[in-house]
Amino acid sequence: MNWLDKLTPPGMKKIFSKRDTPENLWIKCPMSGEMVFHTDLEAGLHVTPAGHHMRIGPELRFRYTFDDENWQIVELPPVPADPLKFRDHKRYTDRLKAARAKTGNADAVSVAVGKIDGIETVVFVQNFHFMGGSLGMAAGEGFIRAAEEAVRRKLPMVAFTAAGGARMQEGALSLMQMPRTTLALQDLKNAGLPYLVVLADPTTGGVTASYAMLGDVHLAEPRALICFAGPRVIEQTIREKLPTGFQRAEYLLEHGMIDAVVERKDLPVTIGRYLRVLLRKSAA
Amino acid sequence: MSDPQRTYLDFERPIAELDNKIEELEGLANGEAAVDVAAEITTLRAKSAKMLADTYANLGPWRKTQVARHPNRPHFRDFRKAMITEFAELRGDRCFGDDQAIIGGVGFFRGRPVMVLGHEKGHDTKSRLHHNFGMARPEGYRKAIRLMEMADRFQLPVLTFVDTAGAYPGVGAEERGQAEAIARSTERCLTLGVPLITIITGEGGSGGAVALASSSYVIMLEHSIYSVISPEGCASILWTDSNKTKDAAIAMKITAEDLKAFGIIDEIIDEPIGGAHRDSVQTLQKSADAIERALDKFTGLGRSEILSRRKARFYAIGRTAV
Repeated sequence: MNWLDKLTPPGMKKIFSKRDTPENLWIKCPMSGEMVFHTDLEAGLHVTPAGHHMRIGPELRFRYTFDDENWQIVELPPVPADPLKFRDHKRYTDRLKAARAKTGNADAVSVAVGKIDGIETVVFVQNFHFMGGSLGMAAGEGFIRAAEEAVRRKLPMVAFTAAGGARMQEGALSLMQMPRTTLALQDLKNAGLPYLVVLADPTTGGVTASYAMLGDVHLAEPRALICFAGPRVIEQTIREKLPTGFQRAEYLLEHGMIDAVVERKDLPVTIGRYLRVLLRKSAA
Repeated sequence: MSDPQRTYLDFERPIAELDNKIEELEGLANGEAAVDVAAEITTLRAKSAKMLADTYANLGPWRKTQVARHPNRPHFRDFRKAMITEFAELRGDRCFGDDQAIIGGVGFFRGRPVMVLGHEKGHDTKSRLHHNFGMARPEGYRKAIRLMEMADRFQLPVLTFVDTAGAYPGVGAEERGQAEAIARSTERCLTLGVPLITIITGEGGSGGAVALASSSYVIMLEHSIYSVISPEGCASILWTDSNKTKDAAIAMKITAEDLKAFGIIDEIIDEPIGGAHRDSVQTLQKSADAIERALDKFTGLGRSEILSRRKARFYAIGRTAV
């Protein structure tokens, strides 16, 4: 019981009961603890006043990245469902159903074509809210599809990555998405098309160790966790506390793994600047 | 045959007990009552052999994991010595250091010049530390990239021997770009204009294995495993219980047989009864034969044919016959 509960008469409590104030109206900033009203958060591109970049799904990412609402969604191919008949506490198929209900997406990745700072681009987005953004067969095929679309239409490709890694429920079939996506990128490279990666929080495991680290240009959102082995795994291995800022975007910039740490609001212009030169399209 | 040096796995305990008993009796056989004892020894030996054969005929995924990690299992050094003549080691990534978790060099395989690369786990405490238990750091993968580069230039087929729990998870490895090194090594495998033949000899641990196994043709020893994460890691994440390793090993389908059914690997080499470590000579011979057959499949093919076949191989995974 907090002080307000003690002071408020029982009748009043009902009026202010939780039912009347849906919890998603106010969102807590994980960095500062400050409560941010949802309209303010949306106005700030889901970046809190303290500067924390909230994890966002494909719809918001497309909206914040493309110049206007005229992007076209690229249909992604279906994949075999649950080839391993995997089950831990829950069935994999139930986890998939729950993730689909929660996000409204078929799987962890979405692809669209639209204009970024005036340049027609294929954009691949990984959604951490869908089973940790995990790279399974659907995501792998989605990536291949995105690269094929870019090659077919001679467009650059931008990948926004966010994932806990490979999808364990698909076993080695998920592991095979590392070479499969890497192969798709070769076609893009052979066609002379630029491939930019924007590493969002968190990008880890098999995703970092494949297409997230194979870009012509690597950008990252502020303080995004980017690594191969997660901090917990390393702590368990070496039994030491890790240095502050370890594996954050700024740390990777310092260690030569990325080209820039860019705030969400500046991403379209920054992406456009690189693309224009690589595509020989001067703004002037 | 009982061997005092042998390390028995926990599920082999009944066999170990029998073997110990045989040994005791063999000691007695030198004394009096030798005739009675000899008969007993013969019976027990037959019993032990049958028990071993029965146990290994039905190894579950978790037991296979234990066999795959067996300390006496043939390691890279054994394969290299048995298969490669005139081996000349190549060391260092030319950037930072030389990682002895991955060994590489040139030599002749049955008369053909080749590039050889493989994870080495080590065979005693000192060598295990030297090779970091087969868990490579970025410089290991960057050495692999350098050697594949060279193989491509000199038209040398590449043979890789995969046996790793995974890439090393440490501060230094992360700092120097473990993820980037793995991604580039995988990419280099896939852009090789020469045949790349992989044999998974023990553990094919996740990205650390893929970095050397994104190949034209992938062979697995019967009791080796190939997995997206270790059964221990999967158990602790999905079951939130690190004792559920057996369940995780079963659920993830990590055996050679499973992976062959998914089209992830191309061929399985049978191991002798009781596992590769009980008759490594036979295992090494069979492995070399399999590699030679695999190399023959690509003989005379041009660069673009080799590249397109590798691409078709990986694109087919998950699209056909899952």
